[in-house]
Amino acid sequence: MIDTLDRAIIEATQAGLPLVAEPYEAVAESVGCSAGEVMSRMQRMLEQGIIRRIGAVPNHYVLGFRGNGMSVWDVPDKKIAHYGRLIGELDFVSHAYHRPRHLPHWPYNLFAMVHGRDREEVMEKVEQIARLLGKDNRGHQVLFSTRILKKTGLRLGASR
Amino acid sequence: MDDIDRRIINRLQGGFPICEHPYREAARELGIGEEELIERLEKMLEDRRLSRFGPMYHAEKLGGGLSLCAMAIPEEKFDTVAEQVNTFPEVAHNYARDHQLNMWFVLATETPERIGEVLEEIERVTGYRVYNMPKLEEFYVGLRFEL
Repeated sequence: MIDTLDRAIIEATQAGLPLVAEPYEAVAESVGCSAGEVMSRMQRMLEQGIIRRIGAVPNHYVLGFRGNGMSVWDVPDKKIAHYGRLIGELDFVSHAYHRPRHLPHWPYNLFAMVHGRDREEVMEKVEQIARLLGKDNRGHQVLFSTRILKKTGLRLGASR
Repeated sequence: MDDIDRRIINRLQGGFPICEHPYREAARELGIGEEELIERLEKMLEDRRLSRFGPMYHAEKLGGGLSLCAMAIPEEKFDTVAEQVNTFPEVAHNYARDHQLNMWFVLATETPERIGEVLEEIERVTGYRVYNMPKLEEFYVGLRFEL
């Protein structure tokens, strides 16, 4: 789905787009093709969902959203897509995924990352999700991070 | 943090144009000048209000493997195991969390098959079980961040 030139463009832009008047031209120079080629390839990758979006990635922690909790829920498998989408629509949720249970230790199949100014606000928002799920919430927990042990970010080719 | 910075963050989390002068076009929609937009983005990246500006790639669609993994490590072994786990270049980030499953990390590998191999290597090196929790379905990713 992606070729060598796509890969070169990805590697040149994954840390950020150049902050110059003609950023795609700058990328083109670094990978050795025309700006038109870079733009049409990025447009294609955007349409294919290889690029999720182009823009600013706010650092919620620095911006005052110090609370973030990984809320995990045990909901009926049959309804998970319905609830996953509903929860994903909430503006304080940044990620919503269906993940496998590991019974008996881990009964949770729906994960939603919840953001707030502090833990208290996160817990209020988690209650909002609980109300939305009603009886289909068969159990939930919120896991707060206590320490960052490693953070390198995802980098194409990082494992080579 | 003034109104213009706020507007940039609220309105520019996606949809940045692909054209010859994209900053000029985005700036026009924000009602500011091209240079001012570039300067403000520079400033916000510098003081880390923005962690990045540019395209956000979908890791799995690039052909790699990605998974969330958790481990339950006894308190006295925690730092040692964290060090062992972090040594793997495939471990992209790793967080301590307040739960019996107290170590949560994301694995990113060149190929999907590598995930299983790396998990086994981590189990062998640390002597503890790794709970693999790859996403089965994605419902939403992003943060509509209103300031």
